[in-house]
Amino acid sequence: MTGRDGFGQLLRAEWTKFRTVRGWVIGLVAAALVTVLIGLFGAAASNFSCSGPNGQPCAASTPPIGPGGEPVIDSFSFAHKTLTGDGSITARLTSLTAVSSSDGQAPVEDTQPWTKAGVVIKESTTPGSQYAAMAVTGGHGVRMQHNFTGDIAGTLSAKPSWLRLTRSGDTITGHESADGVNWHLVGTVTLPGLPSTVQAGLFATSPHHEEITESFASASGTSYPTLATAEFDRIDLEGTRPDDTWTGDNIGDRSGGRPDGGSPTGFEETGDGVTVRGSGNIAPIVAGRGGLGKTVESGLVGAFAGLIAVIVVAATFMTSEYRRGLIRTSLSASPRRGRVLAAKSAVIGSVTFVTGLAAASIAVPLVRAVERDKGHFAFPVPTATELRVVVGTAALLAVAAVFSLAVGTVLRRSAGAVTVVIVAIVLPYTLAIASVLPTGPSDWLLRVTPAAAFAVQQSMPEYPQVDAGYTPADGYFPLPPLGGFAVLCGYTALALGVAASVLRRRDA
Amino acid sequence: MKEALHVEWTKLRTVAGTVWLLAAVVLLTVALGVATSAAVSCSGVGCGQDPAKISLTGIAFGQAVVAVLAVLAVGGEYSTGMIRVTFAAIPRRSAVLAAKASVISVLVLVAGATAVLVSVLAGRIILPGNGFTEANGHAVLSLADGPVLRAAVGSVLYLVLVGLLSLGVATVVRDAATAIGIVLGLLYLFPVVAAVVSDPDWFDRLQRISPMTAGLAVQATTNLDSLPIGPWAGLGVLGLWAAGALSAGGLLLRLRDA
Repeated sequence: MTGRDGFGQLLRAEWTKFRTVRGWVIGLVAAALVTVLIGLFGAAASNFSCSGPNGQPCAASTPPIGPGGEPVIDSFSFAHKTLTGDGSITARLTSLTAVSSSDGQAPVEDTQPWTKAGVVIKESTTPGSQYAAMAVTGGHGVRMQHNFTGDIAGTLSAKPSWLRLTRSGDTITGHESADGVNWHLVGTVTLPGLPSTVQAGLFATSPHHEEITESFASASGTSYPTLATAEFDRIDLEGTRPDDTWTGDNIGDRSGGRPDGGSPTGFEETGDGVTVRGSGNIAPIVAGRGGLGKTVESGLVGAFAGLIAVIVVAATFMTSEYRRGLIRTSLSASPRRGRVLAAKSAVIGSVTFVTGLAAASIAVPLVRAVERDKGHFAFPVPTATELRVVVGTAALLAVAAVFSLAVGTVLRRSAGAVTVVIVAIVLPYTLAIASVLPTGPSDWLLRVTPAAAFAVQQSMPEYPQVDAGYTPADGYFPLPPLGGFAVLCGYTALALGVAASVLRRRDA
Repeated sequence: MKEALHVEWTKLRTVAGTVWLLAAVVLLTVALGVATSAAVSCSGVGCGQDPAKISLTGIAFGQAVVAVLAVLAVGGEYSTGMIRVTFAAIPRRSAVLAAKASVISVLVLVAGATAVLVSVLAGRIILPGNGFTEANGHAVLSLADGPVLRAAVGSVLYLVLVGLLSLGVATVVRDAATAIGIVLGLLYLFPVVAAVVSDPDWFDRLQRISPMTAGLAVQATTNLDSLPIGPWAGLGVLGLWAAGALSAGGLLLRLRDA
């Protein structure tokens, strides 16, 4: 057998079989169609009303955008002075506590792990503007944070702690000290294009107290604001500064800012010190269920329906050979049976990949346009991530098709094969994300079953400096994208191995 | 009709796969139910979990096998051409479909009842060890308890209705693989789509028409107010899906060539 009529011819034979059976072509077209249409439906059915307590317009629900383009929460109490050119700010934080009152009763001590207060240098008082901060936190020690996503751990956790930020051009350096004499470098960050005149000062903020009760019907949460009180002294601002007195601002305040009804947010000067009270958070917004923000992968929800169509087509691509006895002709034409399986896998894999890629590349921008039209904001992701989500979805469909083909080879019955593959890939995902199962078993399911592959669709990172659910239902998978995809590939390789072995041993 | 029943019963009884599939319904339902019961714990009063629902989680798994069983009862005949023989022997096609539906229902009823009884029993034994105790406000699972009995009986009926839905779909599309894809798509996809819809009205609407979510509402024994649809009404939704699929199948069976 020469090269020409070897594997190449086998591929052509299988491709001819595929494209001349109308049902299979219709099946793949249907897969692409449902992928796009269900995605569009999901977006179209995502109306939200903007009837806030003050009847704010929809625009008010659009969050500020951080320097990296990501939607952020930028809400804190800020006592600041103008600082021009290079300089530094030093302060000793002597006390940090937070209180909350869950139902309008007396405030109780309720310091959150990410309750934070310290010194900050910020581009302006506009929410979302650039900043670098040295902060003491409720449960994570001293941190240097900048531009919402940057977070560097310091070494101290005791109070009082001395904190210092030094500005030199675009570079901000953060130091910590236990005694004000021996200083330890925490980090150096760059705020590109930081204007010459900035605001330097003291801040305090504390995120909502969140309690998530998981039940089988749904996950319901209660959440209420907490108020941080931070006491500072030994404040020293060096550099060119035109004003002598502190200015107080509640940055990003939309509520009127009296979370516990008693002590207002803001600041007061006490002898040689300053006390700042604030509520909110300075952090990126985390995607999750119920949020108004939409991720890239929310446009690809239709891929689940597409997946089912692909599984049916791929399984019958093999089982129909058995049903019609065509397998005997196929195998006598190419007696090396492993190669028939390889050719079939290659054909179904590539055809599905192309179909999936087309569907995903149409669905994502189309859905995004509808969502934007509805007033949702999109979580921007780097182009590489968006590409990974789209190509990953196509690859997921392709590998699932090969998986289905291999299971079809082993079982030789289409109904059984389709069921096995759908139950292996789609059921675990449904159980995990539809809040049918609690988070623990859900995470476990998305590690060990082929459904782990949907991790390639996760576009949002987990932020260690933000406490959030990060559950599968919120779009966060326990495995990294490629790791999850590798789980599906592993199952597929195993199924192909078994298929090749039984194909060789069995009578056709 | 009696003759048709006898014919269908003989066919289904003598196909090797039937016994295995029925055994798989019981085994997979119980396995997932036991695994879930062992994995879920209740840490205190008002942990929000529903013990009856936990012990019956396996129904979500077992229904896939019920779908295969029902789809093969029709799809198998079409793939082998047997359907022509069947119709030649019993020309009243609706009688054939009705007979198939009855035989499938009885088989699923028996297998489903076994699976549900064992699942509830397993939950009764396992769950108290995970904190579902009287002290935390959970009585021991017992079929003498009204809502638990409803969950158990409802789950069996749920499986029967899934079988009838599958039979109807298979009769409409006449191809086993496509029918299975459609049935499992109908069951598993609604929750996935509902999860990305952020309009609460649409979310409720999807949950109410979803055959699986609405149908499984019958398993709820706590927090009935927060359900998108009442327990029996939810099972009724699945019943409508099944009735719709069966009537479409019956109609097409009359109109089309076999």
